[in-house]
Amino acid sequence: MHHNDSANARAWTRRELLGNGLVMASAAVAMPSFLQRSAFALPDPAAGSLPGVPEDRVLVVIQLGGGNDGLNTVAPVGMDAYHRLRPRIHLTRQQALTIEKRYTDIALHPALEGLKEMYDTGLMSIVQGVGYPNPNRSHFKSMDIWQTADTSGTGDGWIGRYYDSECCGFGGGESGTAPKKKTTQTIHPPVSIGRETPLALQGRSTKAVAFETPDLFTWTGEKVHRSLVEPYDRLVRREPEAGDDHGSNAAFLMRTSLDAQVNSDQIRRAVAERSLVDYPNSELGQQLGMIAKMIRAGMKTRVYYATLGGFDTHAGQGGQYGRHANLLTQFSAAVRAFYEDLGRQGNADRVLTMSFSEFGRRVAQNASGGTDHGTAAPMFLFGPMVNPGVLNPHPSMNNLEGGDLKYTVDFRRVYAGVLEDWMKADSSGVLEGRYKAAPVIKKA
Amino acid sequence: MLEPDADFGHTRASGSGACRCNTRARAAFVTEPGDTRPAGREDGERMQNTAPDRLPRDLDRLPEIRFGHAEARHLLWRAGFGGTPDQIAIVAEWGLEKAVDHLLEIEKTPHDWPAADRFDKDIMRPETAEEQLAERAARRSQDEDTLARFRLMRQQRQRQDRRQIADMQRWWLTRMIETPRPLEEKMTLFWHGHFATSYRTIEDSYHMFQQNQLFRKHAVGSFSDLLYAIIRDPAMLAYLDNNDSRVGRPNENLARELMELFGLGVGNYTEQDIKEGARALTGYTFQDNEFRFVHDNHDKGTKTILGRRGTLDGEDFVAAILAQRASSEFVATKLYDFFGMHVGSLTEDDEAAVRGVTSRMAESLRNANYNVRPVLRRLFMSRHFYHPRVMRNRIKSPVELVVGAVRSLHTPVRDLSVLLQAMDLMGQSLMFPPSVKGWDGGRSWINTSTLFVRQNLLNFLVTGRLPVGASGASQEDRYDPTFLVQSKLDSRAARRDPARVADALAEVTLGAPSEAARDALTAFAAGHGNTVDRDTVTGMLLLITAMPEYQLC
Repeated sequence: MHHNDSANARAWTRRELLGNGLVMASAAVAMPSFLQRSAFALPDPAAGSLPGVPEDRVLVVIQLGGGNDGLNTVAPVGMDAYHRLRPRIHLTRQQALTIEKRYTDIALHPALEGLKEMYDTGLMSIVQGVGYPNPNRSHFKSMDIWQTADTSGTGDGWIGRYYDSECCGFGGGESGTAPKKKTTQTIHPPVSIGRETPLALQGRSTKAVAFETPDLFTWTGEKVHRSLVEPYDRLVRREPEAGDDHGSNAAFLMRTSLDAQVNSDQIRRAVAERSLVDYPNSELGQQLGMIAKMIRAGMKTRVYYATLGGFDTHAGQGGQYGRHANLLTQFSAAVRAFYEDLGRQGNADRVLTMSFSEFGRRVAQNASGGTDHGTAAPMFLFGPMVNPGVLNPHPSMNNLEGGDLKYTVDFRRVYAGVLEDWMKADSSGVLEGRYKAAPVIKKA
Repeated sequence: MLEPDADFGHTRASGSGACRCNTRARAAFVTEPGDTRPAGREDGERMQNTAPDRLPRDLDRLPEIRFGHAEARHLLWRAGFGGTPDQIAIVAEWGLEKAVDHLLEIEKTPHDWPAADRFDKDIMRPETAEEQLAERAARRSQDEDTLARFRLMRQQRQRQDRRQIADMQRWWLTRMIETPRPLEEKMTLFWHGHFATSYRTIEDSYHMFQQNQLFRKHAVGSFSDLLYAIIRDPAMLAYLDNNDSRVGRPNENLARELMELFGLGVGNYTEQDIKEGARALTGYTFQDNEFRFVHDNHDKGTKTILGRRGTLDGEDFVAAILAQRASSEFVATKLYDFFGMHVGSLTEDDEAAVRGVTSRMAESLRNANYNVRPVLRRLFMSRHFYHPRVMRNRIKSPVELVVGAVRSLHTPVRDLSVLLQAMDLMGQSLMFPPSVKGWDGGRSWINTSTLFVRQNLLNFLVTGRLPVGASGASQEDRYDPTFLVQSKLDSRAARRDPARVADALAEVTLGAPSEAARDALTAFAAGHGNTVDRDTVTGMLLLITAMPEYQLC
């Protein structure tokens, strides 16, 4: 069974005692122009429902694959051990971006300028020292653990289970079949930009839509000869005939085929539009750009998933500049552009974004100017609904476990916060265990 | 060749709109070479007078006379990965008994597969005593350089091992495509899904290979032998954490799945059975690539499992499972689900019939010491198996789709890595099942994005056009599908008639021509001046493989 280690509860105490007031004050700087409209925007009539209603809420997950070096992201520049253990790759206090004057121990990597701007305007929440008990240092395994929210790393994905709970009740529906209990809600499958469907999105009742480019979400036969287009359309857009057995596999396939065409049309139409802002020409920038277009087109998708890989910086990760800095620049610029876009659309306040990585890296640098697989690392949440600021202290740099940080917050507490306070779901069912929700979302 | 007879009306799908098409399907078969008369009208009328068969509830044998092309095609798809028109014709000519025996008696088909010693069994070998000493010493003296060297070495071995598992996937896929013993590979796949173990968790490719060979060895052998073997299989012991299970602190994972997912099914054991079963399995572990029973770690106390009492060990535990009637019912249902219909999506009427069939299969298993060969023989020869509700009513798994397309259409393989990438996108990655439950199968394979992947993979096989986003070399191998229809259409006039070609092509690819296919394909051919050449047939084939019905077998 899952357990909550009660020691973690303390991590929140300071923050909870302070309440929202103080941080709100610090974050209540003027809204940046790109978000002002969103904060007061009227609902998009095309979207059909009111913002703030859970069905309208969107979660975007950004996976940083390979193990992001948390210590080179939110750097503990005020702690001696950091400089001592990372002589070749550490950031100096001068190089790093001060988060707020009162935080003397930590600072952001200089590549995160875009995120700093979001932070300053109350759009970013930082949870430090996130991990889980008995950390696993295998990429595969640890990624599975994060994606299943289970320390054995087996079973369905946590978002998949969220979908199951929304549509059929737990364990209710068999894959691909209509739930036994009739629900009036149609659940629109999660969308992942990438070749593979991440484990996180795999559930029993709903199958994720995954595509790398919208071109993949279309029939390549069209390009063989244009004369194929018309007969193809006829064949794949059939309704089962009146005399057909509607419960048959053939009828099921026909319906799904029709759905696929409609989805494909919708997504391709959405993505064919021009973005309202210029996105950086990076992998993540393009992915978030596509997601923004789908949101703008009024698609009813609740969960989007984007990934940025390459964080496995065993060698030559660099400090202020270099490999890791480049990845952070890409991350920061893409998220910044994404919220600028959403702001112009008037959709920012219904889109929460959460980033994670399968693990952080070891505290000490290695012999190749890089870092090896470690444990705890910070998580970021973005959007006008987040509880802005730095939510808890940096884990100790002196009290290490075999050269690794000891985690102070179980990642499932962050998931619980997102599920309870944003998706309005029962987190204990989805996470198959009780986790005290981390206060990552502003209380209304 | 197939003679017309009134009984043949059983291919008519009861109560389904498919019957008109089946009239034509049947007619196309009995039409004599050179005979261009429109598809058999009289037969259709006669069929309408025949009451549709009910789905049989038993394993009564199909009369030999009713085993024709459609049945041969069906048998080849279900017991293997489909066949070319020539293969179907041969099997049809053999007749039911000979065909089934040929498929089942796999050892009679010679198979010179290159020895499997190409795989390195030592990549993930445990560290030697010296290495362990050296690393411990380095840790004591905080010799960071040496420790880093060890870490690097481990990482390199892991990388090498991941390359090897990819190589094994290609090896197995090739084997499925090329084997003259399709049922051997199909049953290996069945056991892989039944005793699902994933490389992702165990990270030892050679253990996966050993397990794969175990499944192949017992492909149509005894479930009992396999269940005894699986508790000594290093991959399974690692996957379900039994390798560290010892007296005093048993790990219940393997004990639980042995009953829940491998041998009995939910509801046929208690939590207490799991606890005691776990004790019986303590000390069952492995060293390097071999099973090892660590006597000192084994719980020698008295246990009670499934009503048996004594100082039971793992073998006694397995024996207790096999003694349960539920065990044969459970395995029979899994076999039926794999070869017959998906038991998860049956209508109430069908469910009752299927229950009758599986209970007879279970009985047959019990009578044969859990040997699966006699059970499959009875199933493959039964009226039930060839009933219209069973035929063309199975959603192809990604493996069946890909291997089946290469084998039945005789396309070039083009690029194994592209095929494996596509299968992964479709939800089935060999040696990486999603969980110990294996693949759910059936309708769970199909969603709005996997349908495109399926269509586009077929396009890749037929034309060599790389699916967008796939990494691989563009494949220029020419493929000419006209041979698929040649044997069906013996007269030149027929081969020039787009409607006849469309029907013949749909017949071999879908099992039955459909009105929709015929209309779309003939319109397509009309747009090309009604010529029937390689390009037109290729276009027709692309359209057919994009049809929802193509996902069925």
